[in-house]
Amino acid sequence: MKGQGLSRRELLNLSMMVGGGLVLGRVFPALAEEPAALQPNPFVRVGTDGRVTIWVNKSEMGQGVLTGLAQIIADELGADWSQVEAVQADADAKFGNQNTGGSTAVRTQFEELRKAGAAAREMLVQAAAKRWGVPAETLIARGGKVLDPKTGSSLAFRELVAEAAKLPVPQNPRLKDPKDFDFIGKPLPRVDARAKLTGKATFGCDVRLPGMLFAVVARPEVFGARLVSFEEKPALQVEGVVKVVPVSSGVAVVARDTWAALKGRAALKVVWEPGEAASFSSKALLTTMEELAPKPGKEAAKHGEGFLLPAGARKLEASFSLPFLAHAPMEPQNATAWFHDGGLEVWAPTQVPMPARQEAARVAGLPVEKVTLHVTFLGGGFGRRLSSDFVAEAVEVAKHFTVPVQLLWTREDDMTHDFYRPPSVHFLQAAIAGKQILAWRHHQVTCSIGQQRNPSRAGQVDRGALEGAEPPYAIPHWLLEQTLLPVPVPLGAWRSVYASQNPFASEHFFDLVARELKADPYQLRLKLLPEGPLKAALRLAGEKAGWGKPLPAGWGRGVACCSSFGSHVAEVAEVSVRKEKLKVERVVVAIHCGRAINPRLVEQQLVSAVVFGLSAFLRGRITVEGGKVLETNFDRYEPLRFHEMPRVEVHIVPSEEPPGGVGEPGVPPLAPAVANAILAATGKAVNRLPWEA
Amino acid sequence: MARFTLDVNGVKRTVEVAADTPLLWVLRDHLGLVGTKYGCGVGLCGSCTVLVDGEAERSCSVAVSQVVGKKILTIEGLGGQHPVQEAFVAEDVPQCGYCQSGQVMQAVALLSKNPHPTPEQVAAVMGDILCRCGTYDRIAKAVARVARR
Repeated sequence: MKGQGLSRRELLNLSMMVGGGLVLGRVFPALAEEPAALQPNPFVRVGTDGRVTIWVNKSEMGQGVLTGLAQIIADELGADWSQVEAVQADADAKFGNQNTGGSTAVRTQFEELRKAGAAAREMLVQAAAKRWGVPAETLIARGGKVLDPKTGSSLAFRELVAEAAKLPVPQNPRLKDPKDFDFIGKPLPRVDARAKLTGKATFGCDVRLPGMLFAVVARPEVFGARLVSFEEKPALQVEGVVKVVPVSSGVAVVARDTWAALKGRAALKVVWEPGEAASFSSKALLTTMEELAPKPGKEAAKHGEGFLLPAGARKLEASFSLPFLAHAPMEPQNATAWFHDGGLEVWAPTQVPMPARQEAARVAGLPVEKVTLHVTFLGGGFGRRLSSDFVAEAVEVAKHFTVPVQLLWTREDDMTHDFYRPPSVHFLQAAIAGKQILAWRHHQVTCSIGQQRNPSRAGQVDRGALEGAEPPYAIPHWLLEQTLLPVPVPLGAWRSVYASQNPFASEHFFDLVARELKADPYQLRLKLLPEGPLKAALRLAGEKAGWGKPLPAGWGRGVACCSSFGSHVAEVAEVSVRKEKLKVERVVVAIHCGRAINPRLVEQQLVSAVVFGLSAFLRGRITVEGGKVLETNFDRYEPLRFHEMPRVEVHIVPSEEPPGGVGEPGVPPLAPAVANAILAATGKAVNRLPWEA
Repeated sequence: MARFTLDVNGVKRTVEVAADTPLLWVLRDHLGLVGTKYGCGVGLCGSCTVLVDGEAERSCSVAVSQVVGKKILTIEGLGGQHPVQEAFVAEDVPQCGYCQSGQVMQAVALLSKNPHPTPEQVAAVMGDILCRCGTYDRIAKAVARVARR
């Protein structure tokens, strides 16, 4: 591509950027090749005009990577932030692991991204050192300039780029002393805010290309049902419908606009043969789980002697059940695919750019090098877009055309064909004597996401499913047990995955135990937690919430804490329960996430976790009956609304330790904190989610 | 198919579509105004909110034939520096951003009728637009910022 002028694809991209606003983040002109620019690695380029382009390798789905990752690189570079443009990277192995999940964007890449910026900085500094004839070690880079503190002279990056680009790329550039950080640790505003507030940000379904067609797919209601036959004529009679094509997942109707495609789909006559899932009911599954929970499960982890009941000790027990959940991101699944020039070009709001590209290549029957995949903005992800099913589907449809085809899932498609958070039942026991918890048992009965994807692991313990189950407290003997049941419902990772379940049971049970011990649940936690980051978060949350201060009548306060995804979070919830009406009034969150790269983004992610967790707590439930999902839209699966929003306060434990995750760790403590607040207000445990008075 | 001439963001635009086509798909698929988002298709989430003669409407639930001769305003028509947009920028409101066009349009409709709403009035009106991320508290601050002016 270098020096050859612009290829057809690049021209197309450029025209789309101008017309359709495909440039993400700050809308600067540009991603033309610039041979004279300084580009020591795939992540950063300093142009001859001094502008800095940073390629962000993780998908922007609301968590702020476009800002947060760019600020890490820009800091080490010594950039002028106003000259920095953050760009969403296409799917390309040169960007390393682009998978966006597990709250990993910062914590697994911090050093690497710093080095990417530092390499460019060292080259600019070297160039200046040569120019001035001084040792490079005496110079600093800051604000888009290289400065000589001794003489006070400075050179702008743009004056050094041409020379710097000729220098060897340092393999192990020196990283800045953290005390010199300019951007890391600062609450920089999001680079994508204005684009998202003016309608210019391009989400997957906003891609518009000349001659593009629009497709929807008729899917079976029952999971795994087989297509027997379809009559396409009534669909083709709908004005605007162009073609009807069978695909692996059903029958696609392709039309000149979405409305025609939808009408065509409604007119289509399809016969399905339901498979084994037709007799499946989520209610029956939960009943089975409840029956199995008090029985022994497979030993999964043990401390001390496991569970035991010494003479004179008392046994407490309770069970807790949680339903299937859907992700329901605001942007339903979609992808755009275009076969042209012997290759395939795909635009997708995906959390897994490379696997999505590989999947597209597989379906297209093309080598992966012939497939380009552009990552658009994601209208929410929450784990749903870790699956590439919608990309494969778009490619399958587009195969029949020479023009681009955009596949859109309706909200109903999205709700009824998700990869669901599995349900679970948790049976907990504690042996107590005097003021002590002597032993603890947690039997988790659930379905394994990992084993559904990889059935060869069936029969093993799913360690991943134990996230958040291990008691963090000084309890001398404990036992974790697990029972896994197969289900004909697709399963997937849902924000914080199994940590959205295990700590709900264990942290709520902890408060039931504390009541029996006549102990304050916050003080008991402090007493039983070892010194460390979780305890620091707990202490901070308790202090900021004013633990122990009186509350109005009918109110209750609850606390819960959990370590997950490399961070440690405690939350204190205050609720009011009046005439069976629950209102979550206030949530105080404290996180220990190591060094907070951008405290503003950390705060947003934790507020977001509260909203996400509370939506599930109050109303989140997917019911499967006869193999089909009953909740098909936001009327029966209604996320938290504006007027239900509690006051949320976020506090960050100051730390210079390596960064932890922030996207997910705020979810696990929310449900048990609220349940504990309800327990405090009403004396009643919450044994089942969603909450019902 | 029938021909409709619409007043969108002050410009006359002619489209040829089925008469029952929701305004949403006319805007998105025929006029390229993709700032207005599809979220649920049945008026539950508010992502598709636009103004029709100054009223906030769910464009997924209004047929094109019903808006002929009316003034349609979409997020693109606000100009990019509308006081509500500036307030949302100042409060750094968006996260994933998908619902934000709807949030902004709903707030514009609210504030144009009631320039100084109480927090309860804001909650009652903004409760129509779903956000799955966590922007509600910042939306409240952004609306209050405009109301104070």
